[in-house]
Amino acid sequence: MTAALSIKNLRKVYGNQFEALKGISLEVQAGDFFAVLGPNGAGKSTTIGIISSLVRKSAGEVSVFGHNIDTHFSEAKQELGIVPQEFNFSQFEKVRDIILQQAGYYGLPRARAEVQADKYLKKLGLWDKRSEPARTLSGGMKRRLMIARALVHEPRVLILDEPTAGVDIELRRSMWEFLREINAQGTTIILTTHYLEEAESLCRNVAIIDRGEIVQNTSMRALLQRLNKEVFVFDCANTLTAAPVIAGHVVGLVEDDEHCFEVEVEKGQSLNQLFAQLTAQGVQVVSMRNKANRLEELFVSLINGQLDGKEAE
Amino acid sequence: MRLAQQWVALSTIVRKEIRRFSRIWLQTLLPPVITMSLYFVIFGKLIGSRVGTMDGIPYMQFVVPGLIMMAVLTNSYSNVTSSFFSAKFQRSIEEILVSPTPNVIILIGYCLGGMARGLCVGALVTAVSLLFTDIHVHSWPLTIIIVVLTSLIFSLAGFINAVYANSYDDISIVPTFVLTPLTYLGGVFYSVSVLPEFWQWVSQLNPILHMVGAFRYGLLGTGGEHIGYAFAGILLFAAVLFAVSLYLLKNGSRLRA
Repeated sequence: MTAALSIKNLRKVYGNQFEALKGISLEVQAGDFFAVLGPNGAGKSTTIGIISSLVRKSAGEVSVFGHNIDTHFSEAKQELGIVPQEFNFSQFEKVRDIILQQAGYYGLPRARAEVQADKYLKKLGLWDKRSEPARTLSGGMKRRLMIARALVHEPRVLILDEPTAGVDIELRRSMWEFLREINAQGTTIILTTHYLEEAESLCRNVAIIDRGEIVQNTSMRALLQRLNKEVFVFDCANTLTAAPVIAGHVVGLVEDDEHCFEVEVEKGQSLNQLFAQLTAQGVQVVSMRNKANRLEELFVSLINGQLDGKEAE
Repeated sequence: MRLAQQWVALSTIVRKEIRRFSRIWLQTLLPPVITMSLYFVIFGKLIGSRVGTMDGIPYMQFVVPGLIMMAVLTNSYSNVTSSFFSAKFQRSIEEILVSPTPNVIILIGYCLGGMARGLCVGALVTAVSLLFTDIHVHSWPLTIIIVVLTSLIFSLAGFINAVYANSYDDISIVPTFVLTPLTYLGGVFYSVSVLPEFWQWVSQLNPILHMVGAFRYGLLGTGGEHIGYAFAGILLFAAVLFAVSLYLLKNGSRLRA
């Protein structure tokens, strides 16, 4: 099956000799929900810039559904919808006009463009704002406007560069729902994000880029399975003067909270046994939670090189 | 992109450009008309009546073609510089650059937008000039071709300026320090025949002199001795600027990192 996006040996050296991409290769299958993660300056936006032709590559190949972006520019572009990190529309134009113009740049006849624009204005909750200048929209609405604009020509691949940056939780959740919905309808989605919870919640596969190289390219499930230690915070009814002693676990009190303690649990350790020991000591657990986002921990350790070479796909 | 789709993309850009300058007509259409009306009153009526004739025609009639051309070229230029630079500044130019619209369509679209404003202002100035003098057009085809080509040339020049510009200052430098002096020294208000021989020769290097001269010949039928050379030069100039603009659009590091 033809990959939705295929990147081979992609290199980018900027004018100041900074090598932003050191020959990365990547394939995203049709219908996937794919995360591209990496710290600031890792090369994520450069990769998206090259795919969208805003950045000129130094070497390598990029194909979208088999259409090479150099030799079959138009066909490749028709398959792509891009939602950039920063607002890049005219602040003076009206919301509906911005979407209609984008449809025009993709060659959609006016009548069809109007139908498409109205469809996505309604779906993304912008219908009431359609005649307002874009500058009057809130930050969240501007993000949704860019998603509507990117979808107006019905691309088969949607690339979103940190789409929920600065968006409140409620809106972020509704955006996730929308993205899940269009992914379920067949649109391949590639997402870069700093919210690792977002990647964990939405994406099936993930690539992690660091310093212009792909350090991981695997499924989200496989990545999370590699996490060998988690820290749980237990909230209990008792007032604790000292941390309970639990054989086989490192336990510590939570600062400034005499009802909480935290326990390190290694992969494969039994939680039943842990609870049995707590019960035996008369500790009454009311609730428990994961101390940190699991993926975040893994991400930090990967970027710090702690897990380098343990797995490669 | 199929031809029909390219047509849709082109008409989208042109419609957007026309809507932009029409929306802010108080800044784009009205000021040049007022300025040119003042020129007609001051240079044409008040001072012109004392000058008498220039190159054998009444001074009022002599300045009309130059002032029309001055309005056309400055407005064609400034429309493309301000529109394209503002799109670059706001990054809305990325909307087009990420799309399948071919570079040549983007360039033609922006130029047609600049030409639409330049010719629109030119028509308004012509209408105002008719309040001051009669014009019996010598050659409609030549007049129209010259004014359209001049408008195209200055739209292309404005495009190149906008590609290179990094700030709003950069888009005012060329109009202030290059375009205005060349226009004022381009035979709009006087005939180069009144200059000393050396300055006549220097003036020949000014392309605006030839554009104004060709337009004046088309409109009034005077001074058309070198019309063939002027026409060929204008065509060549337009072709070179078009090629440079297209190259910058494809390879310019100011547009694509």
